[in-house]
Amino acid sequence: MVVRPDEAQGPVPTLSAWGRLPAPGKEIFSEDLERATQGATLTRGLGRSYGDSSLPAAPEDRVIATPLANRLLSFDEQTGVLRAEAGFCLAELNRIFLPRGWFPPVTPGTQFVTLGGMVASDVHGKNHHREGTFGAHVRSLRMRLADDSIVDCSPTVHPDLFQGTIGGMGLLGHILEVEFTLHRIPSRWIWMESQRVRGIDEFLEALGRAAPRWPMTMGWIDCLSRGSSMGRGILMAGRWATADEASRPPPSTPRKWTFPVELPNWALNPLTASAFNTAYYWRHLRRHAAGIVAPDPFFYPLDAILHWNRAYGPRGFTQYQCVLPRAAGPQAVRSFMELLTRLGGSSPLCVIKDCGPQGQGTLSFPMEGTSIAVDMAVSPEIQRIVDALNAFVIEVGGRIYLTKDRFTRPEHFRAMEPRLPAFLEARAKWDPKRRLRSAQSLRILEGA
Amino acid sequence: MKAVILGGTTGMGRAIARLLAERGDAVFLMGLDEPELERSAADLEARHPQRARVGHALCNLEHPEGFTAALDAADEALGGFDTVVVTAAMFATQDRLADDTDLARRLMVVNYAHTVVFCELVRKRLLARGGGRLAVFSSVAGDRGRKPVVIYGSSKAGLSAYLEALDHSYHAAGLTVLCVKPGFVKTGMTAGLKPPPFAGEPEQVAAAVVRALDRRKPLIYAPAIWALVMLVIRSLPRFVMRKIGF
Repeated sequence: MVVRPDEAQGPVPTLSAWGRLPAPGKEIFSEDLERATQGATLTRGLGRSYGDSSLPAAPEDRVIATPLANRLLSFDEQTGVLRAEAGFCLAELNRIFLPRGWFPPVTPGTQFVTLGGMVASDVHGKNHHREGTFGAHVRSLRMRLADDSIVDCSPTVHPDLFQGTIGGMGLLGHILEVEFTLHRIPSRWIWMESQRVRGIDEFLEALGRAAPRWPMTMGWIDCLSRGSSMGRGILMAGRWATADEASRPPPSTPRKWTFPVELPNWALNPLTASAFNTAYYWRHLRRHAAGIVAPDPFFYPLDAILHWNRAYGPRGFTQYQCVLPRAAGPQAVRSFMELLTRLGGSSPLCVIKDCGPQGQGTLSFPMEGTSIAVDMAVSPEIQRIVDALNAFVIEVGGRIYLTKDRFTRPEHFRAMEPRLPAFLEARAKWDPKRRLRSAQSLRILEGA
Repeated sequence: MKAVILGGTTGMGRAIARLLAERGDAVFLMGLDEPELERSAADLEARHPQRARVGHALCNLEHPEGFTAALDAADEALGGFDTVVVTAAMFATQDRLADDTDLARRLMVVNYAHTVVFCELVRKRLLARGGGRLAVFSSVAGDRGRKPVVIYGSSKAGLSAYLEALDHSYHAAGLTVLCVKPGFVKTGMTAGLKPPPFAGEPEQVAAAVVRALDRRKPLIYAPAIWALVMLVIRSLPRFVMRKIGF
């Protein structure tokens, strides 16, 4: 089962991504990606990126959609090496391989993504401090390039193309096939410990303490609380349970609920968001809890409610995700949280995670430091909020995650991305006419 | 189950092949294109719990002279098949078919005449081994003469009538014939069209077809809501059908 963003109805066909802001466009679904990508300017998977990275660059209105190109091409039971077409969905991968004792080396917070999208966004997960990004586990890619040729690339064959494609938002070529390595897991359960944390300083300290001991960590922050409890939240740490700890039958397929209707814009407001956060915070009654949980609610808590983005109403929403470098120190994170609280506009979803070293992807998002992601409803204030947050991120030497972005200005992106010239050089080599483009690349790169 | 799937590399055929392979049934693929068959066979082998080899053979509904060789290959690979699923067919919009009469001729030959030829060859083999199951994809388009599917719908109407009669004739001899009437399903075939209400996903249809095969049902609409939709359409008077565009 797979969830695509709702399609807006209207005289001109429009397309949107997870943030629900529509743009003129239509998806061309095909099982035959090799044929469909000929002459195409952009490919998208399941449209789970939040902003405009999977939307066509006007006046172009066509985007090739990969979800029907979903075949497994090979799997080696000895080494875990798997090759599949780019539209193969992570939910399908887990459905087939979890019962056999295999799991992707890196998984994002939703399983409704495709392998091609995981490469293009170079997704990271709760284990970033251990395993790096998804791109670190990719062995080879087959791509259709802007000149319509088809090439294979890997860390050793056309390395600049390979590295530029990891986290390159689909701009160097259309990803046709992905080969990467699955990891063996000792059981089908997760051992999780969680802890209520009373403020941002305690949070950073706890995250730092957990990182060397736990392969997976992340935190939920109540970003609406102020004063001494600013940055309070819940820290979660986990690892795969050993076979002895999990001597029980495998987890059942979790029941999924569908968010039935689009809520009106006012439904999610500071009052309801605060109430939700307070309830969520105090639901964790004991300060510490530990036990066995199923992988689905651990890795993909929001996947339990299909189409949860309908809660934001027709105005749509965005996610602001940035990483602040370790060198900037914990006071940078504290200042960021203060700025965020002052600017307002935040919603219940705010996630904090400490990242390990930067990976090989030329434009890959994570770097050694603290990543903060917060959902925000779109309002007349949103541009001002994003600008102010970006100015701060530039000042401390951090950067934002393109997969979530719809509002960053090109000059801000240039200022936070010293690696941009290297990416543009690769683009000049592999797509000199800049044929491949998205609404996002038009917004933030074409001026660069 | 030892199943042959003609059209098993794409769309609903692909989804049915996966469902059968994942529960451990032996599967044999037939299709138009050798590399596509190889890729789909690899997909099924990776999904099969015992990672059983999945055989395949070229079989093109435009070339009935190849049917016997393809069925021989399937029989050999499976040690005698007991189930055949046909999802392959041609599709084109009525606008194109109205313009291009040769395309219309090809479509009618493939969807009706050659599909019936293929089913006849299958029928003889299955009856000779005491029966079996034959599931063929017709369409809701064959239930009523309608403006958007003048040619395509008529080819499916003929096929539906043939399948019903086949079921009546050989049910007692152990041959179950299942006529599948999908409504609008989001596959590569309908990729360029705007999905109507009640559009289905291929996995949903595949699950319904496999369930119907297991229970030896003669007819299903998939998704099931289309049974109701078509009941209404079939009962509309002609003067209404002339007025509406559906």
